[in-house]
Formats: sequence, structure tokens, C-alpha cells
Amino acid sequence: MSLLSCKNLSMSYDNNNALTDISFDVDNGDYLCIVGENGSGKSTLLKGLLGLMSPISGEILFGDNLKPNEIGYLPQQQSINRSFPASCFEVVLSGTLSKKGLIPFYNKHDKARALDAMQKLNILSLKNKSYKQLSGGQQQRVLLARALCATDKLLIVDEPTTGLDPLISSEFYKLIHKLNKLYGITIIMTSHDINSLTKYATKILHLKNNVQFIGTYDEYKNTEIGKTFLGGISHV
Amino acid sequence: MFSMSALLGLLSQKFILRAMLVGVLVSLCASLLGVSLVLKRYSMIGDGLSHVGFASLAISMALGWAPLLVSIPVVVISAFFLLRINNQSNDSAIKGDSAIALISSSALALGIMITSLTKGMNSDVISYMFGSILTLSQSDVIVSIVLSLIVLVLFIVFYNKIFTVTFDENFAKATGTNVSLLNSLLAILTSITIVIGMRIMGTLLISSLIIFPSLSSMRIFKKFKHVVISSSIISVFCFLLGLILSCLIEIPTGASIVVTNLTVFIICHIIGKTIK
Repeated sequence: MSLLSCKNLSMSYDNNNALTDISFDVDNGDYLCIVGENGSGKSTLLKGLLGLMSPISGEILFGDNLKPNEIGYLPQQQSINRSFPASCFEVVLSGTLSKKGLIPFYNKHDKARALDAMQKLNILSLKNKSYKQLSGGQQQRVLLARALCATDKLLIVDEPTTGLDPLISSEFYKLIHKLNKLYGITIIMTSHDINSLTKYATKILHLKNNVQFIGTYDEYKNTEIGKTFLGGISHV
Repeated sequence: MFSMSALLGLLSQKFILRAMLVGVLVSLCASLLGVSLVLKRYSMIGDGLSHVGFASLAISMALGWAPLLVSIPVVVISAFFLLRINNQSNDSAIKGDSAIALISSSALALGIMITSLTKGMNSDVISYMFGSILTLSQSDVIVSIVLSLIVLVLFIVFYNKIFTVTFDENFAKATGTNVSLLNSLLAILTSITIVIGMRIMGTLLISSLIIFPSLSSMRIFKKFKHVVISSSIISVFCFLLGLILSCLIEIPTGASIVVTNLTVFIICHIIGKTIK
């Protein structure tokens, strides 16, 4: 069974049908990139996968013993108050909370996990820094570390490089690639960044309120829709 | 300057000690909840709720019911209502901030109307609005102490969850935290704190107890834990200083505490600017 499969999923947003009859599977170790124009339903689909919105019909099934609270999530950065008074360690540590159920306080194991996540992303030196004093790229790494604390299996990433400069963006994609390759974490990502697609994604889901294409990247670039989309963006 | 003996004389008065005990506990609760409320941009909800509290106090007085028992459920229900409106702000017809303004002024108007019809506009109204330590009865004190201890314990138990929900509600929700339950908890705890504190601080000034200490400590401290701890210390300090000053120079307690808080805020702001 796949790690995650959507079966005939339909979702609506503000009473408009954002997604109709979506079906696809994500296997363990995949790096799935969801592409499509603005308003094609990418964010709505992520919200559905994360349980932030419920579908109007169809279902989302989790396999491989994946529980809904074992998904790591990196939200779009605009959703977070950038001047929040918190140390990076406090932010990263909060990622371990979802697994603790009713236990209210962190233990040694949680703290070790948070430090380990920061180590993996090379931000151990930021541990005691204040979140609001970091640069955009550093903040994004801290949030990625937090997401890593919440999961060993699946990371859902929503437009991770909005507002970051190209150099920082490409480093950030490298990090996500490392998590995928080295630690076997499955990635589901929405992105406008064509470079991230061509370099790292193993699977592409092209949305336009329904599934236009689902398959490997190599297949995608040879289809008509793939050529148009990839070409269209690289000429902008 | 005031003599030491005046201060000692003050502290030997039973009603002042009672007010101090309740006030210290309420200041603690308000400052702890305040950090989260301010960061979630819910500061004005506290203000709206205190006006609702005033209306329910007026009604319970007119009908001869126990004020706390009427006010707490009424304010809790309003809190749920306001949070709901605030969360749906984007697509509801009336936006969160307008809803709060609407509810505050209507409740205040209703409260004043009832008071003037039943008792006339007398010194009681002034003490409701600007605070007094003379309004606390023995049973009020016991109820207040029990309730604030409950608020404190729940805040400590849920501290880490409150942090997560305050920092990033979407992440918390996506990773399986019951966000609406926590928001409801926050609403209930805030309502209780406001109703208890309203008697000492006054309807018009209680929200300052929630807002000022956390804003002051955020000028200086950059970590969440430090902000929470320092704002509770600032809150208790300002309350005690304000209360003592109000007794010594005979000004309304609430006003005196707010001015103390304002002074501390300005000092913190200057310190924050210089250490940057």
C-alpha cells in the first residue's frame, strides 16, 4: 500500500469547487512536486492532506502505519508573525509536541530530537538566537527543523522559497533534497520554482482543478502539457 | 514622602490584604494569558469582554443575584462568540474589530441604563468603572482565589500547547493539536480572569492588566519563556505599587495601577531601545 493515496477527492473553497475528482498515490521515498497556475487548487489540496479542510467527497488514505499526526508541515511563511518573541530552540522543540498526546511537558528525548533536527539542517549555532532577529532564510530553516521534529516519514512543504533570494532558495532546495535522499523522508511540495522541479522532483502532479498529469518527471517533460508549463515558466 | 507607619497602617487593614491577595493572583493570570492574547492580536477582546462583564454585573445587582455567578457564564459565552467572529473575519459580514466595538458599547450602554434605572447613577457606578477594593466581599475573595488558582494551573499544564498555537495555528492544527479546544480554553480562562479582576480594576481599565505587562516585557526579552516570566513579575509589581499608591493618595485603584503600568512600559521601551 502507498504511503498516502487520494481517491476521487473533491474539495471546495468559498463555495467554489477548487478540486474535482482527484486521485493519486504517493509512495514511500517519493519527492512529489505539485504544480499548476495560481488558483489551480494546489494550496487547497495541501490543506486537505493536512486535515485543515475537509473534502466534500472522496477520501485520503494513509498507509505504512502513517498517522495523521506524524506529518511534518512547512507552511507558507507569510502565515507566521515574524516578530514573535521566541528562541529558535523553543520553536523547533514545539514540533515534537504533536506526538506527546496528553503529556504536557518536554522530556530529554524531545530535546535531543530537536537538537538532532537542528544539527541536520546546520542551524545548531542559532539555538539560542531569537526567531525575530533571523534572516528569512534562517527562519525558514528553523521552521523546517520544527517540521522535522514532527515526522520521520512525510514532509508537506508549501511554497517554501517565496520571498527568498535565488541563492538562499537553491540552498534550501538542497536541504530538502538531502532529507529526501539521506533520511528517506517523503516530500510533497508545491512550488513555482522550475529549477527545483527539474533538479530534484521524482514525481509531478499537475493540477488545474483536476488532475492534468500525474507521473514521473521524465514522463512529464515529454508531454504536451509538461512542455508548455516548463517552457512557459523558463521564458518568463 | 509617605511615612513607613502610614504604609504599615495600610497593611494592617484586613480589606486591603484581601484585595492584595486577589489582585496578585488576578495580575498573574492576566499577564500570563496576556502574552498569548497580545501575540494572537486578541488584545481588544479583553476590552470587549470587560464591558459585557459590566452589563452582567449591573443585571445581577438589579436582580439581587450573586454577581460572579452571573457574570462568568455570560462573559464566557460572549468570549466564544467574539473568537468565532474573529476567526471567520475574512468572510463574515461584520469584521472582528467592528464586532468588538459593537458589543463593547452596547453592553456598556445596557449596563449604565440598568444601573441608573435601579439605583441611580451613584458612586457604585464609578467604582464599577474605575475599580475599587471596597467591593470585595468575603465570599468574592474565596471564589476569586479558587478560580485564579485554576487558571494558573491550567496555564502551566497547557503552556507548551499554548505556545504552539500562539506561534503558528496552522502548524499546530496540521500536526494534530486540537486548536479549537485550546482557543476555547484560552477564551474561558480570559473570561474568568476578567470577571474576577473587573471589581478591583474597573470595567474600563481591566484590559490594561492583560495588555501592558506583556507589551512591556516584549520590549526587552526575546524568548517566549522569558517574556512570560518577566511579564508576570512586572504585572504583580505594578499591581502592588499601584494599589499602595491609590490607598495613600486616595485615587481609584484601577487608574493608579494603569498609570504604574504605563510608567513601567515607557521605562522598558527605553531600555529595549538602548540595548538593541
